[in-house]
Amino acid sequence: MKTIKNAFAALAGSGSLLLANVALAAGDMGQAEKQATNWHAIIMFVLFVSVTLCITYWASKRTRTASDFYTAGGGITGFQNGMAIAGDYMSAASFLGISALVYASGYDGLIFSVGWLVGWPVILFLLAERLRNLGKFTFADVASYRLAQGPVRIFAATAALVVVIFYLIGQMVGAGQLIKLLFGLDFIYAVIIVGALMMVYVTFGGMVATTWVQIIKAGLLLGGATFMALGVMAHFGFSFEALFAKAVEIHPKHGAIMAPGALVTDPVDAVSLGLTLMFGTAGLPHILMRFFTVPDAKEARKSVFFATGFIGYFYILTFIIGFGAITLVSIDPQYLVGGVAGGGLKGGNNMAAVLLAHAIGGDLFLGFISAVAFATILAVVSGLTLAGASAISHDLYASVIARGRVTEGTEVMVSRVASIFLGIIAVILGIIFEKQNVAFIVALTFSIAASGPFPVLVMSMFWRGLTTRGAVIGGSIGLVMSVGLVVLSKTVWVLSFHNAAAIFPWNYPTLFSMPASFFFIWLFSILDGSPRAVAERAAYEAQAIRSETGLGAETASSH
Amino acid sequence: MSNKIASGKIANNPKFHELVHKRSVFAWTLTAVIFTLYFGFVFLIAYGKAFLGTPLFEGSVTTVGFPIGVAVILSAIALTGIYVRRANGEFDELNRQIIEESR
Repeated sequence: MKTIKNAFAALAGSGSLLLANVALAAGDMGQAEKQATNWHAIIMFVLFVSVTLCITYWASKRTRTASDFYTAGGGITGFQNGMAIAGDYMSAASFLGISALVYASGYDGLIFSVGWLVGWPVILFLLAERLRNLGKFTFADVASYRLAQGPVRIFAATAALVVVIFYLIGQMVGAGQLIKLLFGLDFIYAVIIVGALMMVYVTFGGMVATTWVQIIKAGLLLGGATFMALGVMAHFGFSFEALFAKAVEIHPKHGAIMAPGALVTDPVDAVSLGLTLMFGTAGLPHILMRFFTVPDAKEARKSVFFATGFIGYFYILTFIIGFGAITLVSIDPQYLVGGVAGGGLKGGNNMAAVLLAHAIGGDLFLGFISAVAFATILAVVSGLTLAGASAISHDLYASVIARGRVTEGTEVMVSRVASIFLGIIAVILGIIFEKQNVAFIVALTFSIAASGPFPVLVMSMFWRGLTTRGAVIGGSIGLVMSVGLVVLSKTVWVLSFHNAAAIFPWNYPTLFSMPASFFFIWLFSILDGSPRAVAERAAYEAQAIRSETGLGAETASSH
Repeated sequence: MSNKIASGKIANNPKFHELVHKRSVFAWTLTAVIFTLYFGFVFLIAYGKAFLGTPLFEGSVTTVGFPIGVAVILSAIALTGIYVRRANGEFDELNRQIIEESR
């Protein structure tokens, strides 16, 4: 089960490419080796930054109201939002991490690709249209729709910020390591550049700029990965059988790469991992927020369909890329440490896809793929920062502290300040955590998301009996329990705190913390006999009508 | 404003209850399908490693596990497509009538 955790870390569905580093190369690669300056990559990256900054300038002219800032005025189409979701979700970790996992152990890579994809249908069937119909700017709008604003928003904003900050740590550390490897920049400059750019995108361009950064990044990543996969398949006459045959012949594990290996063995961990992957996505604040950017439920549904298509297609490509790296990179001395087989890849296994880019398209394409990897990080951290800033400004400041007595201008101003604040925090934490073991962070964020926000959202939409007390207490239990169990598991208790044995014997808490969250939400709701609880249950019908029909839902602003 | 009156009319419209019933049965059925497919796959990985490693046909290197894994990915995409098609067509038409009749 050690591998599974490392692999999880490596993959980080929505982002943390960091894990890429920590995980697969566990041990040898805590510190990425600084490489020679890669000019092709830098030029292409500067090009990407220039284009996105122009878009940010254009977006800033169009960002006047709170609705513009948080949700791009609700004017994004289903197709655009599908691309943006894919851009928010497909991380450098899934690109580099999954292909590295396939490179190292073949079939096992597919297990994660599948897990990270199957959360999407669930979001569509249960959440997407209801989110759109009930919410305005944040998922707390939905959770608190018929409940007491104060306590529910404090809970939801806390959960969102916990997820966002942990996630940002992962992203920043990973970004620093990756950029050091790809561009030959120092860790600290790399982290500052990422932090500064994301602050500019979010503060000036709000959701409009963030969306377009994500759309462009998704296009570049899908295009680059398609080109690589075609390059690999062309080598083998477009025959998978020929590709696999060559890979089995070359790979040190031979035939074993064609079947699942040691990745999943313990059934409890297997199921817990499955639940984490499947339901974690449905509780990520930056993902949920994207459903408020489309004009109506119809477009919200379409966006999930497009997103699922793009993400699924991308995961199939990473698989071909991983096998391509086995056949084209692992035997080429120029890519191996010391130029000999068994020396390992230069820069570690996470470089498999990047080195394959060189094998297929030379220096220029290597530069392109490096720049795409950097752009990928920027798109993900921008989405996270915006989600965190909205939790601070819309939920905590406007709704709780100012109790709604606040102008839109002030709220947006608070949001911009919050983005800068989060950016600075992210840079500082990135630097602090540079040398730490951060492999547990992705497991942690997905587990928290599946155990805190997700159960509260589902219950608020589907269960008449939910009360404020149930939502806040039950959701908090899920949140605390998921964090606590991860701390007591081997990843943190043994590997970070150096204790002899883990207190919690499994790697993923979700199998326990998610049902516990649902149970306590139910228990504290049915025990709640307060007048407020009675009113909250009575308000369910009106909520259900809006939730199902969209009557009274927020509409797109007129531009 | 008039939303309150409209809400009252909707609550009493049998078409509304038909919509909610049909859509939730459909959504939960599809959720059960993807859940079963995915956890079926997870259990095959935990307990059926040998089966997944069987050659796809006599003498092939490709194993049974590959088409199965890819099929789960494709079925996730297909299921979202099926849901969107029915929800954006049949259900939205029903929804439009409900809103229309509430005015």
